[in-house]
Amino acid sequence: MKLSGGDMLMRALREEGVKFIFGYPGGAALHIYDAIFNQKKIEHILVRHEQGATHAADGYARATGKPGVVIVTSGPGATNAITGLATAYMDSIPLVVISGQVASHLIGTDSFQETDMIGVSRPIVKHSYIVQKTEDIPAIINEAFHIATTGRPGPVVIDIPKDITAPENKFEYKKPAKVSLRSYQPKIHPHPGQIKKAAKAILSSERPVIYAGGGAIMGNASTQLKALNKILNIPVTNTLMGLGVYPAKDKHFMGMLGMHGTYQANMAMHNADLILAIGARFDDRITNTPSKFAPDARIIHIDVDPASISKIINADIPIVGQVKESLDALIKEIKRSKIKIDSEAVSKWNDQIKAWTAMHGLDHEMYLKKSKSKLIMPQEVVQQVYRVTKGDAYVTSDVGQHQMFAAQYYHFNKPRRWINSGGLGTMGFGLPSAMGVKLAFPNKEVVCITGEGSIQMCIQELSTCLQYGLPVKIININNQALGMVRQWQDMNYSGRYAASTYEESLPDFVKLAEAYGHKGFKVTQRNKLGPTLEKAFALKDQLVFVDVYVDQSEHVYPMLVSPNGSMQDMWLSRGKKT
Amino acid sequence: MLVENKPGALARVVGLFHQRGYNIESLNVAPVDDGSYSRLTVTTRGTESAVEQIMKQINKLIDIIKVADLTEGEHHELELALIKIAKVNDLTSIKKIIKSMNGKVLKNDESACVISVTGTSIDINNLLKVLKKKKIIETVRSGSIGLHESKKTLTI
Repeated sequence: MKLSGGDMLMRALREEGVKFIFGYPGGAALHIYDAIFNQKKIEHILVRHEQGATHAADGYARATGKPGVVIVTSGPGATNAITGLATAYMDSIPLVVISGQVASHLIGTDSFQETDMIGVSRPIVKHSYIVQKTEDIPAIINEAFHIATTGRPGPVVIDIPKDITAPENKFEYKKPAKVSLRSYQPKIHPHPGQIKKAAKAILSSERPVIYAGGGAIMGNASTQLKALNKILNIPVTNTLMGLGVYPAKDKHFMGMLGMHGTYQANMAMHNADLILAIGARFDDRITNTPSKFAPDARIIHIDVDPASISKIINADIPIVGQVKESLDALIKEIKRSKIKIDSEAVSKWNDQIKAWTAMHGLDHEMYLKKSKSKLIMPQEVVQQVYRVTKGDAYVTSDVGQHQMFAAQYYHFNKPRRWINSGGLGTMGFGLPSAMGVKLAFPNKEVVCITGEGSIQMCIQELSTCLQYGLPVKIININNQALGMVRQWQDMNYSGRYAASTYEESLPDFVKLAEAYGHKGFKVTQRNKLGPTLEKAFALKDQLVFVDVYVDQSEHVYPMLVSPNGSMQDMWLSRGKKT
Repeated sequence: MLVENKPGALARVVGLFHQRGYNIESLNVAPVDDGSYSRLTVTTRGTESAVEQIMKQINKLIDIIKVADLTEGEHHELELALIKIAKVNDLTSIKKIIKSMNGKVLKNDESACVISVTGTSIDINNLLKVLKKKKIIETVRSGSIGLHESKKTLTI
């Protein structure tokens, strides 16, 4: 049967198993939208801004492991999708973003709503296509999904000129053959020799640390990681992107590391004699000054992307391969090895970490007693959300202090539960990504922990939530200031708060939520926090916006001292350094 | 490097150098073999680890089939230059200067003298220094191209 370009596109997406499209129509995409209208298998979610579409698709992808799909129109539709593309690119999230383009004969003429989407998005996509022939659509879609989801995943853009999807031009739909690209072979198997070397190095170490990141989540290697440490019993830390890949409740888990990592995790990294890096990329928020990073440690680095290895920190034993497969091989090798880890040395090392934890663990209650504050502390908000949701919610967040508090105090025991923009640090990510998660898991609790700054960057999506019945819970940690900016201004600019407050201009979030057809609660007193959250989470079928006023002066600690600090140089509380 | 002959492929390579903060000193590109792909030679400068990182990042581009660092071993390097100088009265002396570089005088009349030379980029730099005295009107250089010396190849 002959199909138009638009119908071909929909069929190709169906064959990739797509259930949702997040998008926004417009002139150049109207043929495509007509094709969306003419089918029932894929549900289109109309967002209120294209940034919301990309973040929603991104949240869907992070929670499910399946690629998120976006359709936008040309020009402003395409450029509005850019922030979401960059967000997904930095965190290696598989997205397929289809942008309408002006008709082929108009390209290059500065026609209405024309933007060179391929050019604009080039540095922030894994790959991109401009469709030149309608018949190519099935093969391009197939290739795009293959590229987005294999190797180190990432976003792919497909730009489709309007004439390509015109309903009057019909062609035979040719089912694409299995993708085979001579220039792209993502399936890399770990080198057995390197696995052997790694096993030997681990088993001969006395102060080993496992440092696992987002790659371990994207590579679905949580089970393997747990199995590995059942044998080794060594301390584990996760990056911001890796939280949940190793259960927080496990006795070997030290919490997050890096800029706002725990004292014990950062101390362990600095003093380790061996670091096993798994799907992590030693970025600047982890290592602090690279030349001062872990001076005594041998580094084993497992990553699917060879370019991540020895980019910042030289790897003594690089292993290029899928994380899951590499860990399976490593476990086998360790079991087979005649060398056994020095359990006495490791137990001494574990005791050292326990001692560090006792000194400066993330014990918010401890600080609270000292402060005698009557105000609500932001950390407590996260602790209460953790309690009320029994630690089993999907938590999305935006960017800033609330994000760090959420990462520190919501203890993730499963992978793909913590959804945040780690690499790009995109404010506005929280609410739309929560929509994507809720669509994927309608029966699970989905919480967006946000701040009054971030939430206003994509607040228009409250309307989308009403249209599609997405009862996410929004916890607004409202400190009436751009908290992280303010913290830096306190620490580095003698408290000169340039453009970090709103004066009296903050909206009444309760009324705002109600105006969008949802429920809103405001909390200003400590003793009302727990009960209000319980009430909010009891409203199963409603989006509830809980606006919690918190102590504005609170900072996020620990915090690495920079510039020129090592990982053991931390601010532990206001004015107190290690 | 060998690059698929697809729309935008060259822009991806060039963009990547800029994006990662590296400089391109010269660039040469043309289709080879069956024309489905091009061979592209880039000259850049950097520490060993920087060059390694550039190569890894280039390799990640979907349209890149293969990439190699020619300076890792023995290699042939050649660049073509066309140089226009003021009319030369004593052609023999010019021919002598450019002889070792396969030099040819393409034209020499009242308006100008055009010569072509091939050599390594250093050879060409040196020649240009010598010719400076003769007042160079215009220069065009192809950028270096190169091949591995030994059995090593960069082919599909």
